[in-house]
Amino acid sequence: MKNEGNTDKRPDNTAFTQQRLPAWQPVLSAGIVIPGFLLIGLAFIGIGIGLFLTSQTIQVQEMDYTGVEKDSPCFRCTRLSNQNCTCDVPFSLSTLFKGPVFFYYGLSNYYQNFRRYGVSKDYNQLTGDTRYFKSPESDCDPYSKDSKQNYIVPCGALANSLFNDTFELYQIINGTKKQVPLDGRGISWWTDYNIKYRNPSLVNGSLAKAFDGTVKPINWPRPAYELDLTDPNNNGFLNQDFLVWMRRAALPQFRKLYRRITEGDYAAGLPAGDYSLTVNYNYPVLDFDGRKTVVLSNVSWMGGKNNFLGIAYLVVGSLCVVMSVVMLVVYAKFKFSDDEA
Amino acid sequence: MTWTNPLTLLRQGWTRHWNPERPVRTVVSNLPFEDLKKREQPNRQYEGNAIKTNKYRLWSFIPMNLFEQFHRMANIYFVGLAILNFVPVVNAFQPEVALIPICIILALTAVKDGWEDFRRYQTDQQLNNTPCFIFSRKQMCFVERRWKDVRVGDFVRVLSNEIIPADILLLHTSDPNGVCHMETSNLDGETSLKQRKVVPGFSTLGEPFQPHTFDSTVVCENPNNNLNLFKGYVERPDKRRTGFGIDSLLLRGCMVRNTDDAAGIVVYTGHETKSMLNNSGPRYKRSKIERKMNTDVLFCVVLLFFMCLIGALGHAIWLESFPSIPSYIVPDSNGNYTPSVLSGFYMFFTMIILLQVMIPVSLYVSIELVKMGQIFFITQDVELYDEELDRRVQCRALNITEDLGQIQYVFSDKTGTLTENKMVFRRCSIMGTEYCHEENAARLAVINGANEEEEVTIYQQTKLPSLFPLEELQDIHTGDENQANAQVTAANQRRSREAAGAQSDMAFSSPLETVVVPDRKLMLEVDREMASIQTGPYLDFFLALAVCNTVLLSSVTAQRQRVKGRRSSSYSGGSFHNMRQWFRKCGLGKVFTSMRFFKRRGETLRDPFSIDEDESDGFHSSDVSDATGQKDISSERKVKSGLSGSEEMCYEAHSPDEAALIHAAKAYGFTMVERTPHYVTVKLPDGALLKFEVLDILTFDSTRRRMSIIVRHPHTKEIIMYTKGADSAIMERLGNVFTDMSQVYSEAKQTAVKTQRDLDMYARNGLRTLCFAKKVISEQEFRAWSALRQEALSAIDEKEERLMETANFIESSFTLLGATGIEDRLQESVPETIQALRRAGMQVWVLTGDKPETAINIAYSCKLLEHEDLVFTFSTNRKSVFKMRVEDTLGELRRSTLSPGADPQFRGYSSAFTGPLMEPSIGLVIDGSTLSMAMSDELVEQFVELCKHCRAVLCCRVTPLQKSAVVKLIRQKLRVMTLAVGDGANDVNMIQAADVGIGVSGQEGMQAVMASDFAITRFKHLQRLLLVHGHWCYSRLANMVIYFFYKNVAYVNLLFWYQFFCGFSATAMIDYWLMIFFNLFFTSAPPIMFGIMEKEVSDSTLLSLPELYKRGQHSEGYRRSTFWIAILDAFYQSLVCFFIPYWTYNGSDIGIFAFGTPMNTVSLFTIILHLAIEIKSWTVVHWVIMIGSVLVYFIVTLAYSAICISCNPPSDPYWIMHKQMADPMFYLVCILTTVVALLPRYTLHVLRGTLAPSPHLRARQLERLSPSHREQRIREWRGLRDTCISPSPSA
Repeated sequence: MKNEGNTDKRPDNTAFTQQRLPAWQPVLSAGIVIPGFLLIGLAFIGIGIGLFLTSQTIQVQEMDYTGVEKDSPCFRCTRLSNQNCTCDVPFSLSTLFKGPVFFYYGLSNYYQNFRRYGVSKDYNQLTGDTRYFKSPESDCDPYSKDSKQNYIVPCGALANSLFNDTFELYQIINGTKKQVPLDGRGISWWTDYNIKYRNPSLVNGSLAKAFDGTVKPINWPRPAYELDLTDPNNNGFLNQDFLVWMRRAALPQFRKLYRRITEGDYAAGLPAGDYSLTVNYNYPVLDFDGRKTVVLSNVSWMGGKNNFLGIAYLVVGSLCVVMSVVMLVVYAKFKFSDDEA
Repeated sequence: MTWTNPLTLLRQGWTRHWNPERPVRTVVSNLPFEDLKKREQPNRQYEGNAIKTNKYRLWSFIPMNLFEQFHRMANIYFVGLAILNFVPVVNAFQPEVALIPICIILALTAVKDGWEDFRRYQTDQQLNNTPCFIFSRKQMCFVERRWKDVRVGDFVRVLSNEIIPADILLLHTSDPNGVCHMETSNLDGETSLKQRKVVPGFSTLGEPFQPHTFDSTVVCENPNNNLNLFKGYVERPDKRRTGFGIDSLLLRGCMVRNTDDAAGIVVYTGHETKSMLNNSGPRYKRSKIERKMNTDVLFCVVLLFFMCLIGALGHAIWLESFPSIPSYIVPDSNGNYTPSVLSGFYMFFTMIILLQVMIPVSLYVSIELVKMGQIFFITQDVELYDEELDRRVQCRALNITEDLGQIQYVFSDKTGTLTENKMVFRRCSIMGTEYCHEENAARLAVINGANEEEEVTIYQQTKLPSLFPLEELQDIHTGDENQANAQVTAANQRRSREAAGAQSDMAFSSPLETVVVPDRKLMLEVDREMASIQTGPYLDFFLALAVCNTVLLSSVTAQRQRVKGRRSSSYSGGSFHNMRQWFRKCGLGKVFTSMRFFKRRGETLRDPFSIDEDESDGFHSSDVSDATGQKDISSERKVKSGLSGSEEMCYEAHSPDEAALIHAAKAYGFTMVERTPHYVTVKLPDGALLKFEVLDILTFDSTRRRMSIIVRHPHTKEIIMYTKGADSAIMERLGNVFTDMSQVYSEAKQTAVKTQRDLDMYARNGLRTLCFAKKVISEQEFRAWSALRQEALSAIDEKEERLMETANFIESSFTLLGATGIEDRLQESVPETIQALRRAGMQVWVLTGDKPETAINIAYSCKLLEHEDLVFTFSTNRKSVFKMRVEDTLGELRRSTLSPGADPQFRGYSSAFTGPLMEPSIGLVIDGSTLSMAMSDELVEQFVELCKHCRAVLCCRVTPLQKSAVVKLIRQKLRVMTLAVGDGANDVNMIQAADVGIGVSGQEGMQAVMASDFAITRFKHLQRLLLVHGHWCYSRLANMVIYFFYKNVAYVNLLFWYQFFCGFSATAMIDYWLMIFFNLFFTSAPPIMFGIMEKEVSDSTLLSLPELYKRGQHSEGYRRSTFWIAILDAFYQSLVCFFIPYWTYNGSDIGIFAFGTPMNTVSLFTIILHLAIEIKSWTVVHWVIMIGSVLVYFIVTLAYSAICISCNPPSDPYWIMHKQMADPMFYLVCILTTVVALLPRYTLHVLRGTLAPSPHLRARQLERLSPSHREQRIREWRGLRDTCISPSPSA
């Protein structure tokens, strides 16, 4: 029909094209949001209390062993350039330190997140690809070759600066030292150990042979394949301490998991008493005003001790409650004046 | 404002052989040289007809496209960053990865460009290979070739309904009169036929065309893009010259109509044709928001600079702070440590790379998308669809939608924009006697009433009986007797709408315009004169009406057939002629008995300035039933059916005035039955045919304001010039009526005085006036003049001036015949629209070419001026007088401003400063000559200041150039956003000068539409276009732009804060891919949707409260302060988003990217929820996109960190997200951070909504009320405002 032909260009009269889709139109006004504020406030206060209480149950024992002060036990180790300096740091626990206890080492003013430092590694080497042992990424420079032009494996600043203090923990029972067994298994990410990092395939059953023709990083006391002389499975790129180190810390003040205390008499925790920490002091931190600490901590569902989040929740929650009261006042006043008008 | 691609310019410069020394182009026939090699061809320097609009070739696509793309600043920025990243000392990311964004953008754009170019190539090929006929000397006939083979100098033949392949100088047509009709709808959208005539002397009429005998030289202008101007001459070997103009040029792209074949010589080909030169592509305008936004982008650059500077300084200081170099500071590859200062310097650039998102490059892409969406919704609006014309609103400029929401000044044309431009003959005055045509007025009143009735029935969809007797008449005419006898109901309504739809196509032939009921007294007078002497002023008057025009006749059937589907009805012209015949037969008295008569239906007469005050009461006695009327009609029809067959003709007039006049002449029996370039045949009332020989036509132009036709009377052989024109243009040239006091002239003088009085009366009643005059020219005088005229015609230099001179020479010493008054009815809802625009704070100016009296009348009736307004009228020829008056007025205004209430006369104005919502109610009327004085340098400042005070300004008798000058003046001096709306060619300048040009596609062709940014069909659509769509587009885009700035700053600042904890080493704690995705996928869709679909206030509320528009006018949606508040909020939110996770995780064993994950998530939530606070209405689409974006984030991030074991060192995202999501702390951090980040903004919104709601908020609250309640509140609101405007003196 002609009549229909006449309206060819008539737009579709649908809710969408005519912008008439049914819509929810929230109007923000004091009256409407008061319950919302109150609810959020109360919920936050609840969460805050929970977090705070949980945080309070977590025990933390932190000991700075940098040795800056003259009377500190490790002071002498900072003085000398001598290797294999050990020092004993005594401490005592007044109550039972509930287990499992996590043993961390902490560094401050240490910028693992420095960009050039972070990229200074060759990922292909770390997946065990021996082809890259002799042709590392340029990012590794100048830590890809030693002064004799031998290739360093693993290359790069990140690996070279591996934290190499070691610790032994003793409980002093009646003047005798009883070693607390430290468990170093599974302290790195499961995915790092099982998926991301790979050792080169053994040559003639020997990991050392796989590293043939390469040298250890300059700062390392031993080559990669001899990192853990006690456990052959904890060597090469799959050394737990190495993996923990390679996962860079986000902030310049950080701690990294060193060991866990899960075994023997200490599976339930560290009983009250005197302890002594023997530190094999190697790692230099004073040239950048760094601090080294050892942290003993037990963990809860929220991780380590952290009062901030609980307090923050409490503050924000109360703020919301206060706000809802303010809103109520505003609403009442507004309502009142509105009625008057 | 047009944007030209530099490449095309280059190409044009390369290929076109401009020769500045030769301002003309000489073309000779190619035929004698047909066998010669190309470089010996005489026309070799001209381009071929093949066109190539595609930019690229296959082999050069990639380099060319890249070159083009690098013209964009944004891309250069991207590439600069990518290159920077390849410099080892400054790189922030892996160089290859940094290339990704630029590659994606370049590739997408290249694909888009390539596709578009390919499409262009295809259409070019299609065009180039279209067949056409070129004359070949070898075969001595026209042979079929392709368009691309056409060269300048070829002879081309075009058959009927074929498209013309190049610009051809018409030398031959099959038409015996040497004319050829051409439809230019491809060029300008006008569907009316244009007549072209052959250059005389090259082919004998009726004989086959013989191009090989053509031995003359064609000299014409160099190619230009003026479609209406073309001049040149043909020089024969004997140096005789024949001039020609645009009326001999067939334009490429047009279609030959009603002519079997036409042939001519090609003068312009390919890209040099007028149509191609006119084809400049879409217009590029930059909107106000975009201009503002660009400065804000500069602020972002400054901000970025400072942030990078902080980074650089921080890095240097940080490096200096160490006593010795720690192990984590890596030396360069040679083992040397870079000095701190140098490292800092490098770091500056690295920071630029890291923080690059600070410059919202994606904003530009998003804005394009948003505008596409906005345009989609505007064109989809069914309220802006015109059913009669089957036309939607057109958005021709793609990137200024939001300017519609910021208009402060509206400049409107009157005729055709405010009015229908459907001219209705109302009155005439012949030899000083006025004939008021009261019967005709009565008829119009009936039509008015019927129209109203019809509208009601359409909307109610009920089956009311039709009250439109004319429609019933049509039904009878279409031959369906049964249908006529049946009580026509719904079908009839449909038909009537159909008929209305046909109005536009059938040029000016609605019943309203075509049917004129003759004045009884005048009819008698004419009959008397006809019977007795066969000459006399009455006959002359009507002959002038019938002859002095450019109306073309086309047979109705022929016209209809060629038109596509939508031109449907064929029963307009003829049927009404029939009806007129019938009217005459059955006598005038009887006519009105058969019509249902609705005089003054209620108070809603559509025609407030109608002149029927003195209508006699006799017309109310129309009690005869419809049935009787119909019987009469059908019986009469049978009698007249024999006659009607020969009259199936319709008039195609270029202006509606002419159509109205020729129909008026027809009503009195003077029917123009044929028009050729050489003859006009008029049928007299007694049936005799008068065949006038046309000697010359002096066409209408806006400076002379008149047109003349010089004819030879067939009987007396006298040479007579009939002239019609504006009253001033005629009256001042009436011989020496006013000076010569001799007896002979006193009668003429009296006539002139009387006529002038009538003219003034017409003008007061809002009618358009035209004067008719005649002059008898002696044979000798004419011959002398004709020679001059020919010379002028063939001139190339100063052709216009010389033509004008000759015209002015002959057009003098007229004898006045009479005058006509034509009514131009206001379009529907014009007063309401103007009132709404004014309420919305816009100043409305009307610029018209009409007389001041007419214009003022219209201004009152369309509520531009109101009766309580104080109106200043400036109309003087003396500058000093004008200057004095302007100064006086200004002084008065200033005084009243200083002492409010002192002068009661100015109360309305002065109170504008006591209340915030008040406007001055001062009107200004100024005429053209005064306006030109006002715009002279010394007065312009005062004039502008005066205009600022005026609520409405009416400029009369202004030329098109003045129109644009006024718009430019106001736009530049007051720095306001201007909108110009017009419908005709005379508005084109104005439309182009304004910030936003709106074309009304109406009766006067499409030139205004072609020049416009938006095209509407009715003036009333302006209300919805501005108040609803303009407002929406503005607030949507403003909010989106602000949001985009916020979003980028908020996100990028996370990285910045982290720099303080990583030694300013440009470490990112978020994976680079995720950062790209974050901008590309996770947070891009919501703001785009927001920019397209946000609806704060519904359209109905916006229309009922035009005051809401003021927000856009004052740019409240997007101010500098808004920008800085958004930036501050972004800083606050980023601080929260960074430091809450920071304090939570500080000192713990968290890794870099495990630390970044909650931050990324938190920013996503913050950014999305920030938008959620801003979104005022949530539709399904909103929910889907908002929730979808969050889901996409989690899905993509989880998938990415599950797949990517080692793909993007050093971040190595493997399993990080999973590990984080298994940790309850992650959620606790996310919840707390999001709440803290958004709390201030949310609270502020709430408090503002409660304590100080903006008008928009109040309007939103109104929407929640029930309809009746809402009505009341709206009325209260408005009432409050109205009382503010005119407070009582006691209060």
